[in-house]
Amino acid sequence: MINFGYTLSKDRQIDFDKADRRIALFVREHEPSFNICFACGTCTATCSAGNFTEMNLRKIMTMVKRGYVADVRKEIEQCMLCGKCSLACPRGVNTRNVIRKINQALELYAL
Amino acid sequence: MNYDPFVIPFCAGVIILAITLVYRYLYWIFTLSKADKFKFLKGIFSFRIFKAGKEVFLESLLHRKIFKINPLLGYMHMSFALGWLLLIIGGSIESKIHSHRPFNAPYEPIFFKFFNHDISSYAWANEFQFLMDLLLLFVLSGVMLALIKRIYSRMFGMKKTTRLKLGDWLAMMTLWFIFPLRFLAESFTSGMYHNGGFLTGSAGTFFASFLPLQNLSYMTWWAYSFALGIFFIALPYSRYMHIFTEVVLIILRNFGIKNCKVYNSFSAIEVHSCSRCGICLDKCQLLKAARIKDTQSVYFLQSIRYKNVREEKAFDCLLCGRCQEYCPVGINLNNIRISKRVELATGNHNFEYLSPVVEKTAPVIYFAGCMTHLTPSIKIAMESILKASGTEYLFLDKDGSICCGRPLMTAGEILKAHKLIEKNTKLIKESGAKTLVTSCPICLKVFKEDYLLNIEVLHHSQYILRLQQEGKIQLNKMPVSSAYHDPCELGRGSLVYNEPRELLNSATEFQEINQSLKKSLCCGNSLGGLELNSVQRDLIRIHALSKLEKNNPDVIVTACPLCKKTFARDSKSEVKDIAEITWLSMQNSVKHKLAEEVALQN
Amino acid sequence: MSNKRVIVIGGGIAGMESSANLAAMGHEVTLFEKTNQLGGHLLGWEKLFPTMRLGKDVIEFLEKGVNLSKVNVVKNADIVDARKNGKTFNVKLADGKTYESDAVIVATGYDVFDARKKEEYGYGIYNNVITSAELEEMFLSGKPLVNSQGKTPKKIGMVHCVGSRDEKVGNVYCSKVCCVTAVKQSIEIKEKIPDAEIYCYYMDLRMFGMHFETLYKQAQEKHAVNFIRGRLSESCENMDGSILVKVEDTLAGRPMRMSVDMLVLMVGIVPSEGTKKIGAMLGLNFGPNGFFKCQDQHTMTTVSNVPGVFFAGCCMAPRTINNVFADSRAAALMTANYLAEYEIEKRITQN
Repeated sequence: MINFGYTLSKDRQIDFDKADRRIALFVREHEPSFNICFACGTCTATCSAGNFTEMNLRKIMTMVKRGYVADVRKEIEQCMLCGKCSLACPRGVNTRNVIRKINQALELYAL
Repeated sequence: MNYDPFVIPFCAGVIILAITLVYRYLYWIFTLSKADKFKFLKGIFSFRIFKAGKEVFLESLLHRKIFKINPLLGYMHMSFALGWLLLIIGGSIESKIHSHRPFNAPYEPIFFKFFNHDISSYAWANEFQFLMDLLLLFVLSGVMLALIKRIYSRMFGMKKTTRLKLGDWLAMMTLWFIFPLRFLAESFTSGMYHNGGFLTGSAGTFFASFLPLQNLSYMTWWAYSFALGIFFIALPYSRYMHIFTEVVLIILRNFGIKNCKVYNSFSAIEVHSCSRCGICLDKCQLLKAARIKDTQSVYFLQSIRYKNVREEKAFDCLLCGRCQEYCPVGINLNNIRISKRVELATGNHNFEYLSPVVEKTAPVIYFAGCMTHLTPSIKIAMESILKASGTEYLFLDKDGSICCGRPLMTAGEILKAHKLIEKNTKLIKESGAKTLVTSCPICLKVFKEDYLLNIEVLHHSQYILRLQQEGKIQLNKMPVSSAYHDPCELGRGSLVYNEPRELLNSATEFQEINQSLKKSLCCGNSLGGLELNSVQRDLIRIHALSKLEKNNPDVIVTACPLCKKTFARDSKSEVKDIAEITWLSMQNSVKHKLAEEVALQN
Repeated sequence: MSNKRVIVIGGGIAGMESSANLAAMGHEVTLFEKTNQLGGHLLGWEKLFPTMRLGKDVIEFLEKGVNLSKVNVVKNADIVDARKNGKTFNVKLADGKTYESDAVIVATGYDVFDARKKEEYGYGIYNNVITSAELEEMFLSGKPLVNSQGKTPKKIGMVHCVGSRDEKVGNVYCSKVCCVTAVKQSIEIKEKIPDAEIYCYYMDLRMFGMHFETLYKQAQEKHAVNFIRGRLSESCENMDGSILVKVEDTLAGRPMRMSVDMLVLMVGIVPSEGTKKIGAMLGLNFGPNGFFKCQDQHTMTTVSNVPGVFFAGCCMAPRTINNVFADSRAAALMTANYLAEYEIEKRITQN
């Protein structure tokens, strides 16, 4: 899209062509079950941290896949790694390891 | 003093080994923590040193633990250790008696027969000949068995034996050569000078009949010396470092020094005490069920020693503790695994959002645990039992918990875990309780080990048993057959074995399975196995379940919500927690009581 | 039981299988096919879901059935008239030939939705927008998969629900098979171009059949196909010929735009021209979506409002191939019963 140099309000649209997909690709490589998430939201529903904050694992995983990592770091730091999400997931995604790998990728790419 | 150039390799080996060992051990002991150093000093000047000595004798020499696993295996290890030590001691005494001197060169006893051809010239000579030959035969039998074990390990009760790296193969070869070379050297010399015992003497005579002993014997002594020298030089860099390090470990352990979740010099001593005996291999479920062949403790410790720890191998261990249970050296393998995870820990934490408040005070706190919320029948049963017994309690995590912190610990995130521990400790203190009861063995372990609570911490089975013994609740035997699964964190992890069994005996027709108590199998869903995928977990679960269902019990009972959820997936029998069984049994009592009352009235 | 005559209109799976079964029972069956090849749409499919077996295996099976039972096949048959006279049916072809029968099975099948009606997706306007049927033909041709500029596409978008569940084009029903076809074709593309990234834009993923969920999981796990929940509003063309897509990523809660080298539209199933024509000729009832209306949704699914006329296959509703087989055999049975004068009306309770 052409940048005219001004906007009325900030663009909320995800520009996927410019997305930073490094974290998604890192997690995909090291924890293959990241791929089979079908975003049902059961993990978010059962989350221990979700009781107290807005931590939303489904959304974090989706945003990582779309390359939007700006807010992921702050949210994912709230995870207590308790494991309820892994136990509840109907697809068998190893969510605890996905979280660990996202953390690793964030450190690796200094985001 | 006797001397010949061929003793040089041996002497060089001994000197280099001694320097290396002293340097290493002093370094490790000096780099212990202050508290541990103090314990060390205290221990040296106490009676503990004798206790340590006894353990060294029983385990490092006699290999009692290995005997328990398999007698032939124990004999093999013992023959090397005890046999060699006795050969050295016997030889020293022999050479001192012979030379009438209290001190002589270190190589004199080793090469005694080379330097001393007249065996009638000292006291007890014949007895020594017999003894030394007997000890040599003892060790040679061990060498033979070691060779057979490499080819056919099943004879020793081991389905799998350690895959060795090149360095270990070389060290092992030199070790295997030492005693046959001694035998040949002594036999050849005996063939020429007739100074051998029943073994070396007869062999010597045999060899003399067709071999040019004059030329050969000197060569074999050189070979024997070289074998010893090379072995000693290679020792600190190979698995045989365990020979001496094990002793240091036992001494330090008896002085009260323990390992912890952070890798320090005590952990290093443990790592170097591993003899790579391979007993941990067969016990590992990842090998048995999930066909993962390279992560077992022996290989993991090896990778630590040679500084090539692979992240995946650090994180796929279930931390079930089975290998630890059987390790003859008593290394705390779980903590060493966790210590490497600590080094790979990532991320910051943000737990500021946790600012919980206690709603009331009570003498007893019930902490269900995160997982129990996904198996609600356990918490409902527990609450019913607590209410029926008239206990005044506070259900601390009724509306969702702050995690106890152990999942973070097992993932190596110790700093984060301590943040949660801080918050929970505050809550527990505010509640003013004297007893903490939890349904989850994972929580139990961290409450007991890492929280510094000075109140009583119990698993719900222990508390329920106490209620029964105090007469506050009554269990009635139900006509169902049960099998019990010891959860890893409760059984091996917290040493709570008996309480659930006592309850089960009161409530059901309980039958013990083979793989139980400290031998019990992990359900596979352990929070420790972070890198395991669902297929591997399935294999482990199915294997463990098959053992539990062997006698077709009506109900499989466990004491951990995670195990319950895991087994309930595809078990043929019903799966219930010990609390549920208790509650059912109590209701049965009520029914019985009512039935009795009705009968009395009529 | 004397042998009766049956006319089957439509030489696709339904027509071939029902005629084969009826002929095997001993009846004299004539099968009309308007093109010069039997097989219908199956001729245009390389591999079939969920097992990825070859479509031509199924065609062989059908052809063997037709040949073994000695069905009288009439190809290039352009029917100009079909009517019932008393108890007999008369069919006239464009070349003047007439045929008579005692029963008729209508198996006129489906057409694919004309994607030009969804102008905002750019089919027929931008060169790199194709339909799933065209993609399948590319697979059949065995030639390497390239876009309109001859380049190997690195990013491919698959748009679900094109022409289905869409009031604006007059089709409110679900075409049933497109979701699983999208998953199947994604897997096939990845097998041909392993480093391509595929994006499926869906509203719901209808994995209703046995093994469909496994196929879906395989697409995600083994082939890393991306699934984005959101419906395309429009697409436009970039300067380099790639297609810019606008969709909401509902799971992220934000609108999204992205470029793909090729956009595949999963076109739905609509009633065929043949269905409309033959239905009018024979006086058959149509349902609200333009497909034939059967006498009872549960108990009389292959029975039409005209005694002696039966339905088989997709002229009634979108169906999967295994369902069409079951359907056509059911139609054959109902026809045989009718010819044996079994009065099915006796089983209907009058309300």
